[in-house]
Amino acid sequence: MSAHDSTPHDSGKDVVVHTPDGLPDRFSNPGHPEHHLRRSDQDPRANKRAELQVVGLFLISVIGTIGFLVAYFTVTPAGTPSSIRNSNLLLGLGMFFGLMGIGLAAVHWAKSLMNDHEKSEERHELRSPEPVRVQAVDVIKEGVADSAIGRRGVLKGAMISALALFPLSIVVPLIGNVGGNWNVSTLKHTMWKKGTRLTIDPTGRPVKASDLTIGSVFHIIPEGLDTTAQPLEEKAKAIVLLIRLDPRDLKIAPDRVGWSYDGIIAYSKICTHVGCPVALYEQQTHHLLCPCHQSTFDVADGAKVVFGPAKRPLPQLPITVDSEGYLVAQSDFHEPVGPSFWERLK
Amino acid sequence: MTTTDSAFPGPVDYLDQRTGLGSAIKTFARKIFPDHWSFLLGEIALYSFVVILISGVFLTMFFVPSMNETVYHGAWASMQGVTMSEAFKSTLDLSFEVRGGLLMRQIHHWAALIFMAAIVTHMMRVFFTGAFRKPREVNWVVGFVLMILGLAAGFSGYSLPDDVLSGNGLRITDGVVLSLPIIGSYLSYFIFGGQFPGTQLIPRLFTVHVLLVPGLILALIGLHLFFVVLHKHTQYPGSGRTDKNVVGFPLFPIYVAKAGGFFFIVFGVIALMAALFTINPVWNYGPFDPSLVSAGAQPDWYMLFLEGALRLTPGQLEVVVAGFTIPLNVIIPAMVVPGILFTALAAYPFIEAYATGDKREHHVLDRPRNVPVRTSFGVALLTAFMILILAGSNDIIATQFQLSINDITSVFRVLLFVGPVFAFWITKRTCLALQRKDRELVLHGHETGSIVRFASGEYIEVHTPLNEHERWLRVSYEAHRPIEIAPAEDSRGVIRQGYRRDRLRQRVSQLFYEDRVEPVTPTELAAAQSHGAHDAIAPPREDLDHVESQPVGGGQHFVAPISQVTPDERNL
Ligand code: HEM
Ligand code: FES
Repeated sequence: MSAHDSTPHDSGKDVVVHTPDGLPDRFSNPGHPEHHLRRSDQDPRANKRAELQVVGLFLISVIGTIGFLVAYFTVTPAGTPSSIRNSNLLLGLGMFFGLMGIGLAAVHWAKSLMNDHEKSEERHELRSPEPVRVQAVDVIKEGVADSAIGRRGVLKGAMISALALFPLSIVVPLIGNVGGNWNVSTLKHTMWKKGTRLTIDPTGRPVKASDLTIGSVFHIIPEGLDTTAQPLEEKAKAIVLLIRLDPRDLKIAPDRVGWSYDGIIAYSKICTHVGCPVALYEQQTHHLLCPCHQSTFDVADGAKVVFGPAKRPLPQLPITVDSEGYLVAQSDFHEPVGPSFWERLK
Repeated sequence: MTTTDSAFPGPVDYLDQRTGLGSAIKTFARKIFPDHWSFLLGEIALYSFVVILISGVFLTMFFVPSMNETVYHGAWASMQGVTMSEAFKSTLDLSFEVRGGLLMRQIHHWAALIFMAAIVTHMMRVFFTGAFRKPREVNWVVGFVLMILGLAAGFSGYSLPDDVLSGNGLRITDGVVLSLPIIGSYLSYFIFGGQFPGTQLIPRLFTVHVLLVPGLILALIGLHLFFVVLHKHTQYPGSGRTDKNVVGFPLFPIYVAKAGGFFFIVFGVIALMAALFTINPVWNYGPFDPSLVSAGAQPDWYMLFLEGALRLTPGQLEVVVAGFTIPLNVIIPAMVVPGILFTALAAYPFIEAYATGDKREHHVLDRPRNVPVRTSFGVALLTAFMILILAGSNDIIATQFQLSINDITSVFRVLLFVGPVFAFWITKRTCLALQRKDRELVLHGHETGSIVRFASGEYIEVHTPLNEHERWLRVSYEAHRPIEIAPAEDSRGVIRQGYRRDRLRQRVSQLFYEDRVEPVTPTELAAAQSHGAHDAIAPPREDLDHVESQPVGGGQHFVAPISQVTPDERNL
């Protein structure tokens, strides 16, 4: 400590350039402001009071922690929302007082009872002094000379190759395994194929055309989804929205004639933006809204984007009815579903 | 060596002989740290991280990081018989069956939100006060990496419970990853271990979340604080504080008590929040199902800016080149925009140093007004960030205020470009105005509100001059000027090598420092006071030493260093 206390403060040591009128160029640092005594420094009663307050705060902490333990052993959460809320509230409050008491006590102690005289310490430049730098360079030079690496190009090359290559023995197996089978072409297909029945998500009940009234929307999964090897992965690609419109409202593109059935039309439910399930249907406007970033698709017009960050329409699933009157797919989607990726059109 | 003649009692002596503890105590116990409320922001980040670690260890005891399916038969009635992943089930059990588990979950999540908020505000403090200047540029970069790691920690944790919300967050992540040219689909397989959602993600994410990211954060916090001690903390400008000293209170006992106590306060506040406010009630959302989504769902606040950027970018940007799809409508908002924002932030200390051409160490902080362009740049960046956050909540704004979501989105699209420019302009104006006000104050003193009438009949308001401490605060800064460069041609008219580079640097420098307000000089003050016959000067407000209380006018007293008596064993 003594070192600090004798440090002259260096304000005003900056170059003092005097202007013609004899005044310096800049003001100089006036030095530390005077120290003000606190109430508790001057009045022993205030001092005693502060001490009692600190003691009181520590006691609050003790009571808080005891309260926590009591709540832990006596308030049993029983699976009802209110019992869980109560248990959480009491435990949390006990913890709060247990912690806050200590915190406030320590800070109050520091502020009202500990010596509050500011002190000053010198700083030193971080840069090593020049002689030290010279020595550092010498040390390294010595080491390089000792290693004899300077004269041996082949050795240097061999060492660098060995060091550069060895991480491959960790990285290659890691990358090799971590991506599963790496068969990214599966991204382009779903499990829909000719004749797959449209069934209700999640019950799996097949749907007849007569089940849908105009304006109704069904969330659809392909029949047999549960028995596939990876149901979640298949579902994440194959989910479909089935909507019935008044056939007169439907604008059908020439290349999609026959893809819908009597005003019943099926679109992929995966947003072409970044893949959220598109879920909000507005009957009046025939608009489908993706809740994630509000891309809006016009169901009556090929699910084209009318607003938002998506570019492409939702892919349409060609459907028809089978001999028993159930709605079935005519084929898989004619393009990859979901978000865009580099090779989706290849 | 015997212990009898030592200052250390037995156990300490034992340790000291094996660790050299004594020297460490001597060096560090009474180290001086400056005091200011804004220095607590970094501490809040540190303490909330400790709270995260404590509550996180508790959670790992009960959480099951597995995507295997199971059927729920637990305490929560509305999920009875629902098929769900073990991860989701164990999260329900943690909430309802582990006593105190819900409290720990909520503490963990609230602490994470506070951690990120503290990091961002701490970063703002460091930025606006210029604490990143030499020699602290490296520590700025360490801090920047910590912020990115904080985002990674938050994101990986958010996804673990495998509920509908977090699943959709992952779905969006997958969509973003897929958008990358060439490697997109491979990177997606890399992350999910095959197709989305796969069965690998949660166990892998768990390792990332409880081991990799916290390990890195811990190591970098260590480095960060090592630098804080090595550089010694910066201090705000004020009397007695210079670039060569550090003024404040000793570590022991003041900061042991204050900072130690503050840890308990931060922890206490987080516990209170966890007691009172429900966070991430996954039991209401249900387990992840690729076909479910809820409207008005929001990611944690620190991810909203990305969400906002995704919402604002129009779809038309997606293009197909030679048969390959390039979804610029995703790449730009999810990668280019944050890339620019973050690179600008990480590189800022170096850009400013380049423009300033200043090689000295700085330990006295800047008042934000005294560096108008830096302050304005920071405010502009924050404005862009805020607009993106608001855009990430545009559906909520729409329903709250009964507005059309399309209109709001269009307005935000414009605002994103206009807002930061306007914010820059207005902040710069404000800084310069504040600097002028400081000058005014130094030159003419405080208005006292009392009017006097001269014999001549003239009325004037009495002003009290600033005392030397008030004045020093307002005149001690340095107004950087644009750097000067050697002329383009030498004496023989030959174009100098490197002129173009210098010229570029000068341009950047002018951008920063063309507009500036210089601090008042003693000469100016003397002039103002001598011809300021219409400024009647009252005695200074505080009792100052004898020199100051003389009638002010000549100003000579500024030359003489004022002797300060320090009864309190403090150096001058
Ligand atoms: C995990 C997150 C972080 C923690 C736990 C942390 C902690 C701290 C603490 C305790 C201090 C000393 C007190 C203070 O000045 O507030 C500090 C100083 C500092 N931090 Fe951070 N910090 C974090 C992130 C950041 C970030 C994101 C930046 C900027 C990119 C940053 C830059 C700095 C700098 C330059 C200093 C020195 C400040 C000075 O001496 O005035 N830190 N940090
Ligand atoms: S995922 Fe549908 S709009 Fe973004």
